[in-house]
Amino acid sequence: MSANNNAPLLQLEHIGKEYYGNRVLSDISFSIEAGEILGLVGENGAGKSTLLNILFGMPVIASTGGYEGNLYLDGKPVHFTSPNQALSAGLGMVHQEFSLIPGFTATENILLNREVLNGSLMSYVFSDRVSTLDRDAMRHRAEAAINTLGVHISPDMTVSEMPVGYKQFIEIAREIDRKNTRLLFLDEPTAVLTEQEAEILLIALKKLSKQGIAIVFISHRLSEVKELCSRILVLRDGTLVTDVPAKTLTTREMASLVVGRESSKKEEAVEVEIPEQPVEEENINETLGTTTLSKKKKKKKPALKVEHLWVDMPGETVRDVSFEVQKGEIFGIGGLSGHGKLGIPNGIMGLYPAGGKVKLFGKKLTLNKPRAALSRKMAFVSEDRRGVGLLLDEPLDWNITFTAMQTQGRFLFGIPYIFQMRNELAMAKETKKFIESLSIKCTGPSQKAGELSGGNQQKVCLAKAFVLRPDILLICEPTRGIDIGAKALVLDTLKEYNRENGTTIIITSSELEELRSVCDRVAIVDDGEIVGILPASRPAEEFGMLMMGEKMRVALEYTE
Amino acid sequence: MIKNFIKNAGWPRIIIGLFLLALFITAPFVGVNVFTSFNNTIVRFGMNGVMVLAMIPMVQAGCGLNFGLPLGIIAGLLGATLSIELNTEILAKLAELGIRYKISWLTREFLTAYREPAGFASAILIAIPIAAVLGWLYGKLLNRVKGDEMMIATYVGFSSVSFMCIAWLLLPYKHPTMVWGYAGRGLRTTISVEGYWLHILNDWLSLNFQDKIEIGGKILDVNLSIPTGMLIFFAVMAFIVWIFMRTKTGTAMTAVGSNPEFARASGVNVDKMRTISVMMSTILGAIGIIVYEQSFGFIQLYMGPFYMALPAVASILLGGASVNKATILNVVVGTFLFQGILTMTPTVFNSVFQTDMSEVIRLIVSNGMILYALTRKVRA
Repeated sequence: MSANNNAPLLQLEHIGKEYYGNRVLSDISFSIEAGEILGLVGENGAGKSTLLNILFGMPVIASTGGYEGNLYLDGKPVHFTSPNQALSAGLGMVHQEFSLIPGFTATENILLNREVLNGSLMSYVFSDRVSTLDRDAMRHRAEAAINTLGVHISPDMTVSEMPVGYKQFIEIAREIDRKNTRLLFLDEPTAVLTEQEAEILLIALKKLSKQGIAIVFISHRLSEVKELCSRILVLRDGTLVTDVPAKTLTTREMASLVVGRESSKKEEAVEVEIPEQPVEEENINETLGTTTLSKKKKKKKPALKVEHLWVDMPGETVRDVSFEVQKGEIFGIGGLSGHGKLGIPNGIMGLYPAGGKVKLFGKKLTLNKPRAALSRKMAFVSEDRRGVGLLLDEPLDWNITFTAMQTQGRFLFGIPYIFQMRNELAMAKETKKFIESLSIKCTGPSQKAGELSGGNQQKVCLAKAFVLRPDILLICEPTRGIDIGAKALVLDTLKEYNRENGTTIIITSSELEELRSVCDRVAIVDDGEIVGILPASRPAEEFGMLMMGEKMRVALEYTE
Repeated sequence: MIKNFIKNAGWPRIIIGLFLLALFITAPFVGVNVFTSFNNTIVRFGMNGVMVLAMIPMVQAGCGLNFGLPLGIIAGLLGATLSIELNTEILAKLAELGIRYKISWLTREFLTAYREPAGFASAILIAIPIAAVLGWLYGKLLNRVKGDEMMIATYVGFSSVSFMCIAWLLLPYKHPTMVWGYAGRGLRTTISVEGYWLHILNDWLSLNFQDKIEIGGKILDVNLSIPTGMLIFFAVMAFIVWIFMRTKTGTAMTAVGSNPEFARASGVNVDKMRTISVMMSTILGAIGIIVYEQSFGFIQLYMGPFYMALPAVASILLGGASVNKATILNVVVGTFLFQGILTMTPTVFNSVFQTDMSEVIRLIVSNGMILYALTRKVRA
């Protein structure tokens, strides 16, 4: 393509990326004009971060074999190999995590490495490195940048004293102070803001776009995306599903696009117009949490009853959660990462400080003690496979039988409480059984767990749980970081185990489709609370709406 | 084959092993008696073995290397001094018990005949509970500083030694062979165990050879005395540790060291396991020093235990242990190599260069190995 004045600001052509044979992005093509605001939405792991990494020339891309396709800036092909190149080309980025220096003032942070300098003899003789700062000029520049955003923050305030919302504004101010910034990427900028602050930010962004700065806005809050953006791109499983003007989509349709893997027919239909689906009155109740299990409803005591559970798990705080799981049911817990879905099973198992009431088959469970939970015939597969789930430096038979040995006194010989030695023969025998039945690829029971691939490690974790012969099995992220073949096998194993042993299984996963394919019911967690429990057979978009924090809006649309 | 061996043994051990071999080969040419040197190596191995063994429980439980070994040594010193102090009283009490409970073999004659082994056993038996209590406290402390155990352990060792410097003076010991002659109180810096349990293990079942052989026109004295008893004692202690690491508790301990989060999620009380491991290490340290003393001939108080941890740490690292994995084999190989180097370098180098640079070599080897091993601290 030859450079011409009508060329878009940034154009992507067939961008694709593979990590170690795992395809994370394929055939992404779109373009951005100057002053345009583009909304980019997608689930966790849809490929948004990878896309940003490619655009900014992050070293991780080059070190894993580069990317496919071409990038054009002003119609000229570009290939950034370091973030600095991208920055000097006029791309700006506001990160999800703050990259600010806490002890510095707003001014210092905004102008970091672009300080206004006083000329002096010293700097003439040596270099700019020894010149002093022109504090007044810096202050004015910082103030100007902050004012563009329409907020009032003193430029002399240190970042550590600011509320989170302010920090977000400072991050953005830093990017717009850079004179050549023409394209700004914002990764979930409103996640930490209050509603009011978010509104101010949206207004500020609109102002920026009028000045000709193009903006790519990444957010899970669909209503904001719809309000702010002129065009919406939906990314799912590494492909660009939709690229349409914002006006043509309702948030509901957006949600279904984000999570839906319904059928290709439906996806095509979206591009034109989705016929509004008929909504029945009873759905409202279900959405709001009082689900009735139509067919499987039993009068018996529930296998697990959780009342007002809170869990203090860093990054996954659970505030107030209540639900019931019937015996023999497969219950799913879904939701976006960071909203507390992982906190629920971790809290029940006693791995993180928790409070509230948990009853197992009608009897109260002592919280905060892993041993108590284990001795009540619960088993747990952690989401943190390498950190909590496995003894990486120990052989497989240790990994698989250790928990049963310690809590149930199996795989030992000798006199209980006085002298018991581990029975290595029994350990190896049991391990061989699982290596066969779960087809774990390894050299034998004495291979170290750390040497296996992710999928096989996950199978070892499952075997460890199965050895305990649990009544209730809690599994977190069963398919995280494993390839597609292993995914199917793991899920099938779980289903089979549930069918054969009548074990109650609670699966926590970020992948909604996975939950819907395995579970009987799925609860969606948002901001530490369950916003709804739906039978897995409900359409994906309903789950999507719940996940995107659209609880109230859903209710409204239903009643209309 | 060879590649496999190198991989399993590790380069450091091969290099040190070859170096040691080279020393043994050159020794006769510079006029050093190889047999005596070899005998010394074996004796030193037996003396230090149990103290190196004391590293295993703590390493396996993830508490790092036991730089606080002086604490265990202090318990051992208390046991040793108390056993001498109370020697006659204990024997009298035992004889009394024999009469009261009509235990036919427990007579005064029997006790006098076995006075030395009884003294040695009582030293160990007194030391164990003291070590257990100190180890328990030490374990509690280490549980509060997870991640910095080795730094804290070092200072636990140092400060306990300093504290005991005061205590040795003030404790009401009375025994004339142990207290300062001029004041009549306060323990001496070195106390001979002669007449109590000197060489009690060394001489038990010891193998002695005495001969003269001619090598290259020179007549060489062969004077070997293998301390079988001490080696057996070490083997028994090693076996006990080996068995323990295979029990339910030992397995839990290893898991705690391998991945504490995994252990916790499996219902194991991580802190309790760590405390048990520290207690075991301290007790082994106490027994270790008593074994050392019976061979060395003296109880060294005051600053004696100050630098005792470093050779033990260096030995086990030299044997191929890492900061969180150690086996009995590591102990055996490491202690032999370390003590071998320590015995051979002074004699050979002194003969070659006619100067005393043995201490320099010793420091380079021991500290170099500690440095090497600590940089290998990798956690997956």
